[in-house]
Amino acid sequence: MAMKKRRFKGGEIPTASMADIAFLLLIFFLVTTTIDTDKGLGIILPPKGDTIEIKKKNILNCLINSSGNVLLGGEPVKIQDINRVVKEKLRVNNKLIISVKTHGKSRYRDYVKVIDQLKMANATRISIAESEL
Amino acid sequence: MKFTKKTKLSSEIPTASMPDIIFMLLIFFMVTTVLREYSGLPIELPKAKRIEKLKSKRHTAQIWVSKEGLISIEDKLFAVQDVKHIMYERRSADPQITISLKADESARMEIISGVHNELREADALKLNYSTKTEVN
Repeated sequence: MAMKKRRFKGGEIPTASMADIAFLLLIFFLVTTTIDTDKGLGIILPPKGDTIEIKKKNILNCLINSSGNVLLGGEPVKIQDINRVVKEKLRVNNKLIISVKTHGKSRYRDYVKVIDQLKMANATRISIAESEL
Repeated sequence: MKFTKKTKLSSEIPTASMPDIIFMLLIFFMVTTVLREYSGLPIELPKAKRIEKLKSKRHTAQIWVSKEGLISIEDKLFAVQDVKHIMYERRSADPQITISLKADESARMEIISGVHNELREADALKLNYSTKTEVN
């Protein structure tokens, strides 16, 4: 049996597809890094020890109790109606400051909903009162 | 005078350096993306409609609050009164820092209020309540 000796004829790695591979990697990194951005409700907290006297008529109290019910200016309202009520009140008095006060045992979910509604009503002056037990 | 007509003009774009250029781009993107990711606490974010995007991850510090009231910053658990010190440090390192508060929707307001107060004391006033987008 005759064995043919294979001769090594200069090996080369094909580099034509290298650019495509690198492009693929590039696109992969681009896609995976831009999708995951944080989003949420932005708010600016008041600085510490910053108490200003505000006229009583310019304050709208918004109280949230532990079961998620909202009392807006002394009247109970549904959360999805806050937007409409506040908008109306802001039209009457544009200096209105909404003071959001929560019960210590109320849920964060309800609080976020209220803040969301206030944002929808374009209320810019939102004050967050300390929650009490 | 005799003009010789040039006939053999090569009209090909050299593609040999193409992979190098693209690798360079790739490395650029890999370096500029922030890899520091913290796993945080298992939480269910609340939903909201009027949301805004956080500008950049580089200028945000995240605080996780679980429904049991645990507070985690950079994957370490802290008590409420310690938040102030950490946030003060972060804020002095980066004055335009935004705090991203990732709290569970069932978290109690007393703990959120506590975090508010701590942030006010640390003078880190730009706050963002991390939420999911609500679909109608």
